[in-house]
Amino acid sequence: MGIIKASRLIFDYIRRDENENIEEVDRAIDDLSVDVEKGSFVAILGHNGSGKSTLAKQINGILVPTEGTVWVCGMDTSDENQIWEIRRRTGMVFQNPDNQIIANVVEEDVGFGPENIGVPTEDIWTRVNESLEAVGMTAYRYKSPNKLSGGQKQRVAIAGVMAMRPECIVLDEPTAMLDPNGRREVIKTVRQLNRQEGITVLLITHYMEEVVHADRVIVMDDGKIVMDGTPREIFSRVEELKACRLDVPQVTELAYELRKAGLDLPEGILSQEELLEHLVPLLKGGRG
Amino acid sequence: MAIRAEHLTYIYNPGTALEQKALDAVSFEIPDGQFVGLIGHTGSGKSTLIQHLNGLVKPTSGVIYYNEEDIHGEGYSLRQLRGRVGLVFQYPEHQLFEVDVLSDVCYGPRNLGLSQEEVMERAKEALLAVGMKEKYWEQSPFELSGGQKRRVAIAGVLAMKPEVLILDEPTAGLDPRGRDEILDEVWKLHREKGLTVILVSHSMEDMARYADRLIVMNHGRKAFDGPPKEVFEHYRELEAMGLAAPQVTYIANRLREQGIEIGNDITTVEEARDAILRLAGKQLSPEGAADQ
Repeated sequence: MGIIKASRLIFDYIRRDENENIEEVDRAIDDLSVDVEKGSFVAILGHNGSGKSTLAKQINGILVPTEGTVWVCGMDTSDENQIWEIRRRTGMVFQNPDNQIIANVVEEDVGFGPENIGVPTEDIWTRVNESLEAVGMTAYRYKSPNKLSGGQKQRVAIAGVMAMRPECIVLDEPTAMLDPNGRREVIKTVRQLNRQEGITVLLITHYMEEVVHADRVIVMDDGKIVMDGTPREIFSRVEELKACRLDVPQVTELAYELRKAGLDLPEGILSQEELLEHLVPLLKGGRG
Repeated sequence: MAIRAEHLTYIYNPGTALEQKALDAVSFEIPDGQFVGLIGHTGSGKSTLIQHLNGLVKPTSGVIYYNEEDIHGEGYSLRQLRGRVGLVFQYPEHQLFEVDVLSDVCYGPRNLGLSQEEVMERAKEALLAVGMKEKYWEQSPFELSGGQKRRVAIAGVLAMKPEVLILDEPTAGLDPRGRDEILDEVWKLHREKGLTVILVSHSMEDMARYADRLIVMNHGRKAFDGPPKEVFEHYRELEAMGLAAPQVTYIANRLREQGIEIGNDITTVEEARDAILRLAGKQLSPEGAADQ
């Protein structure tokens, strides 16, 4: 079993009237099973309303299954006795950085989590130092979070999660509100945490370019997993992705169009380097 | 001439330790019917600038003219201006509040003092313009999907029948198809009704596709102002400002560096595809699919 495992997971949003009678049932997750390997970087794609965020909230027990089971580090999320341990081990980062920062000074914000669970003061500072270092925000430790850019705020939010010494981080559209630089900063930070600290990462995003470096891409539609594979496998299936209201990176789309028009290019090109490597000989060689 | 800004300067917290110049002598003219893209990193002054254009913020110095009238001149009605220059904020769905979709969109025009029929007519027209069909009108706006809520919020501004529509990152948080749908609808209003559009976005790909003109803000100043193709030629300077050009522009530039004669004005996938196929000696059919 991997670090996160869901088995035949079903989740219904249930709406009741004043008399507690069920008025409407909306099935957000529909018989989903998945197993995430420890230390991997998994991207989750899907259109608005496909069930991505509901799945993310299952992972640290903000929501618990209607049917089926979710295990995190071997613990069942429906078990109330384990919920705090599950939340310590799986941190969450959300879309809006301003909703996640509470202290007036960066280092205090990062220390808030460990202080809350009663970590001794000495250790709190060690954790704060390490976490700020890991996200590259040490230089800003005495600053007010209000003075930071969106990307920097998100890195502080990630440091706050890191200070809990989690094994896994779930990021739900962490770059949706950021400018191109902020997006790059955050994705670079997350990749580093994955590579260097071995943190398992689940990244939910609508930006296809952020997904090309993931180990695995999961595509959700209608509460189910409809595609699951490496970025190259997934981005080879351009038409299917478009049918799921998704897209591919521009370089992949260009390569796909050129291939469709008869140029001899491989499927699922993900980077500019790859495209150039194949395209330059074609254009320099025999013309016409 | 719809909007003319002359030497706009805006200083936050003047005379205090927190004094900060958000806009620094910014001037431009936006003629009727133009589709303008406004880009810049967070904190570059974009949002401050658009709030000046419908009079929400008064410049520290400088003048804004709407149809050649100073909007802060004596006797000028800012209330009327806000009906003509509609501003859709970021995450506008947070401002939905009514019990059903139709009532929410009616709120703006009702405050203009129009008759009930006129209000309803405008609201319905606005909803249809953003692709919200009749079946949704009786629903609570809170039960809609993210993309639908966003549309209802935009309809609320359209129902004011603005001449200029300013949108601050209207596609943030939407899935790729949702982004395309909203921008296509705005584009259609621009084409069919001659609506002047000012679009704030971080997506260079969208700018390349829709905008006639790009204004780039950096540290409160206007850094570039011109057609997207010209602006994106300065991709190195854009990068230094925390921005970028569309991915295909980089591909074309790198091909050129390798001695392949491709134009330096490639900004969309279609343009790149056609240029490369031409170089490869492929025949272009109408759909762009060459002979195989």
